[in-house]
Amino acid sequence: MSIERETVLHVARLARLALREDELDRLTLELGAILDAVSKVAELDLAGVPPTSHPLDLVNVWAADEPHVSLSLDDALANAPAREGPLVRVPPTVGPEVSA
Amino acid sequence: MIDTLRLTAEQALGLLERKEVSSAELHRAYLDAAGERDGEIHAYLRLVENAEGTGVPIALKDVISTKGVETTAGSKILAGYVPVFDATVAARVRAAGMPVIGKTNTDEFAMGSSTENSAYGPSHNPWDLTRVPGGSGGGTAAAVSAGLAPWGLGSDTGGSIKQPSALCGNVGLRPTYGTVSRFGIVAFASSLDQIGPVAKTVRDVALLYSIIAGRDPNDSTTVDQPEPTRLPEHDRLDGVRIGVPKQVAGLQGIEPGVRASFDAAVKLAGELGAEVGECDLPLSFEYGMPCYYLIAPAEASSNLARYDGVRYGPRAEGATYREMVERTRDEGFGDEPKRRIMLGTYALSAGYYDAYYGQAQRVRTLIVREHAAAFEGFDVIATPTSPTVAFPLGDKAADPLAMYACDLLTIPSCLAGLPGLNIPSGLSGGLPVGLQLIGRQFGENTLFRTGHALEQAIGFDTVPARLRA
Repeated sequence: MSIERETVLHVARLARLALREDELDRLTLELGAILDAVSKVAELDLAGVPPTSHPLDLVNVWAADEPHVSLSLDDALANAPAREGPLVRVPPTVGPEVSA
Repeated sequence: MIDTLRLTAEQALGLLERKEVSSAELHRAYLDAAGERDGEIHAYLRLVENAEGTGVPIALKDVISTKGVETTAGSKILAGYVPVFDATVAARVRAAGMPVIGKTNTDEFAMGSSTENSAYGPSHNPWDLTRVPGGSGGGTAAAVSAGLAPWGLGSDTGGSIKQPSALCGNVGLRPTYGTVSRFGIVAFASSLDQIGPVAKTVRDVALLYSIIAGRDPNDSTTVDQPEPTRLPEHDRLDGVRIGVPKQVAGLQGIEPGVRASFDAAVKLAGELGAEVGECDLPLSFEYGMPCYYLIAPAEASSNLARYDGVRYGPRAEGATYREMVERTRDEGFGDEPKRRIMLGTYALSAGYYDAYYGQAQRVRTLIVREHAAAFEGFDVIATPTSPTVAFPLGDKAADPLAMYACDLLTIPSCLAGLPGLNIPSGLSGGLPVGLQLIGRQFGENTLFRTGHALEQAIGFDTVPARLRA
């Protein structure tokens, strides 16, 4: 099974990866080969078989609604690359320089 | 003089109890051994010089958050990240008095079977420095075999504890899904990831497992073990029923030396009193790999969305938020995480979800059922752990599918959530061969019993031949 370069570019946008041209070329080939291998799951007729999302039969695990100590603001922001007061600083998310 | 190459954790505990040595002296001895030998092995990404404790020192894979100690998961995108809290397993071993020796090398985000995907360079196999130690937990496995740690913790998604233990010739346990907390672990594939112990003996592995297992309010997927861990003592296997999947005989790619060692171990189990028979896992071996390589990358693509240059890690420049995020991720992730993020994002994207991820989840159900049926007649399922012994560095690095095939035998039971133990079964061409024992859900005690009896009978020397005095 092959995958189009355009599709790989689309998936890279979904995955928020600014791939270089050479990466795009290589991934187009590699993903085609891997998809070939994993597409084998399509051979099986699985009508009526429920999906497994988790290997244990756990349903609705509840926790007591009790206050507890959580991270301080300084701890929570200790690893942030850019901080401004109690906030993390990032480039513009909206505005004229941000395209859709 | 402490012989770190031979000292087991249990023996170290005896030395501590008899006050023949202090915890600090033990810690120093392992740091010194690392200073002497880790230059050529590269098991550790960083050592912890000033660790406090009263117990037996321990090595932790670098996917385990350690408060105040950099934790990178083998990735550039977490360079400089210093956790402000301990993972539950780190807190538990520290509460048990264990000083941390260091953080061990891993394939980036635990994705790989050789440690060659580590952004900080590969680890080398202590038995032969030109070969890989396996992966992703090659650092922990190499550290234990080279006498740089008496025991350590790894993480296993599709074989990352069991396969490196096989290639380095020591004992590794992937516990039943849900018995060990994942809180504070750098997540790869959440429905598969498990933390587990690596050591020189089955008893050491059982002891460390008993310390880290148990429900954790911070991880809602954890449960309490139905029975306490028992340290194995018996050297007979009477009453234990061991099933060998009939598919193993026909599987391509299992080396003759691995096959011979496996057959000898199964024969030995029979001589020790076990009832050995044939079981049937046709779908698990045929569809386990493709199923796993859809589910794990899909979950990874979601888990790795958090690395966006906002809250931690290095940040690339960008005029807009989106540009900053995309460039940070392109510069920060290596080739393997990118491949899996792309594959997972594709498998989860509109129009493909049912055909790939949905279908794989249904195949997973069949694999769960197939194992349950096999365990109606058997207590343990035995296979080789890895189809090959340790392979030369670079051998599979350029071919993702060849690397993925390393996990052929370890993947099915991971998908089923079952525990698996690797013990060394012998040597092939001077390199260790691993025997994989799979148990029922919460069947760790049966695995310890079986593994211990075989270990005693096999008498494998876990010290690499080239390091023996």
